[in-house]
Amino acid sequence: MIKTDILIVGAGPVGLFTVFEAGLLKLRCHLVDALPQTGGQLSEIYPKKPIYDIPGYPTVLAGELVDNLMEQIAPFKPSFTLGERVEEIEKSGEKEFTLTTNKGTKIQASIIAIAGGLGSFEPRKPPIEGIENYEDAGVHYMVRDPETFRDKNILIAGGGDSALDWTIELADIAKQVTLIHRRSSFRGALDSVDKVMELANANTVQLITEAQAVGLTGGDSLKEVIIKPKEGDPYPIAVDNFIPLFGLTPKLGPIANWGLGIQKSAIEVDTFDYSTNVEGIYAIGDINTYPGKLKLILCGFHEATLMVQSAFKYIYPDQKLSFKYTTVTGIQEL
Amino acid sequence: MSKETIQISLTDRKGEVHQLEAPTDMNLNLMEVFKSYELPVEGTCGGMALCASCHCYITSKHSLQDPSDDEEDMLDQAFFVEDNSRLSCQIKISEDLDKLEVRLAPVD
Repeated sequence: MIKTDILIVGAGPVGLFTVFEAGLLKLRCHLVDALPQTGGQLSEIYPKKPIYDIPGYPTVLAGELVDNLMEQIAPFKPSFTLGERVEEIEKSGEKEFTLTTNKGTKIQASIIAIAGGLGSFEPRKPPIEGIENYEDAGVHYMVRDPETFRDKNILIAGGGDSALDWTIELADIAKQVTLIHRRSSFRGALDSVDKVMELANANTVQLITEAQAVGLTGGDSLKEVIIKPKEGDPYPIAVDNFIPLFGLTPKLGPIANWGLGIQKSAIEVDTFDYSTNVEGIYAIGDINTYPGKLKLILCGFHEATLMVQSAFKYIYPDQKLSFKYTTVTGIQEL
Repeated sequence: MSKETIQISLTDRKGEVHQLEAPTDMNLNLMEVFKSYELPVEGTCGGMALCASCHCYITSKHSLQDPSDDEEDMLDQAFFVEDNSRLSCQIKISEDLDKLEVRLAPVD
């Protein structure tokens, strides 16, 4: 089992900076994030967008800020569990929590810092009635193993890179790939768009544009998807699998079940130290709320800094904590 | 003389109609106006056209600027998209939007 001082839920900018401030107090950190990479929204949604309100940086690209944070925290040797979502938090002893991820990884920590931003990123599910009934029976929101679709009749929905890329890749594996998209043009990388058009012209892939999937039928498993063209009546097509690829959207998810005070999808904290109503659990960054809250990265950095001071006193109530400037002491690697 | 505030009529997801006033000189977008009235619009990405949580329908006959590629791309990831679908964060408040009528799209 992984053991650490502070378990940070969420590896966005605020979660990452927590490692730095904790490291100055010689506290070790482990981070868990549902995304496969660090940086949270900054890496997932807007890596190429400039940010103008990070003190000391007149402008910095979101992706660069993440790279810099990773460099800044490296001396404190944080460890990571990426691509997994924290499902359960259990109080397993005096000043000890045990967390379990959706893949069964267990982590033991004295302190939990929830820096979960908007929640964990999950595939956006189309609001088709009854779609949840087919989630293990023909409907897939992501492609984990292309071999699942060998010799199958599949329908992919979406107009972005992942829809195009999987259409191209699965064209060789599946019996028949059909791609359905709301518009006649695609927004993905030009190469992929050209390639899909080529496959469509060669009748290797079937393209349905200006139409949307609106219904599913079948018994125990999916049999047909109902297509509604922009003009004209809906009609069914027979498929084995339906793969809607509409990007990722943040959901609060299991955080809502941890017994914390929640207000409008945010965790209530005390601004003294950003502690929650559960002793030993803190919430920092966009995920928390308090009077005057602003969802800004720079505010999250401040919250992380005060939080680790409180965390230190909680773990070591008898030790005196003398505050030191990095200009005086520098950085001592962990 | 230019109009300093405009009237907007918003139908929420329960069918209730809200009459809103929006200043034209504060560089606001429609999503921000909705949020200032505490109407149920998420605006998760803060107005960068990077999520679709401010998706709405323009139901009056105003001629708006066509959506940008970014906005169209994002609408591709939204559901319940119609011909009059827009991301409200991409609509700048200006005097020619006076008496605009908008309906919120369902949330998924």
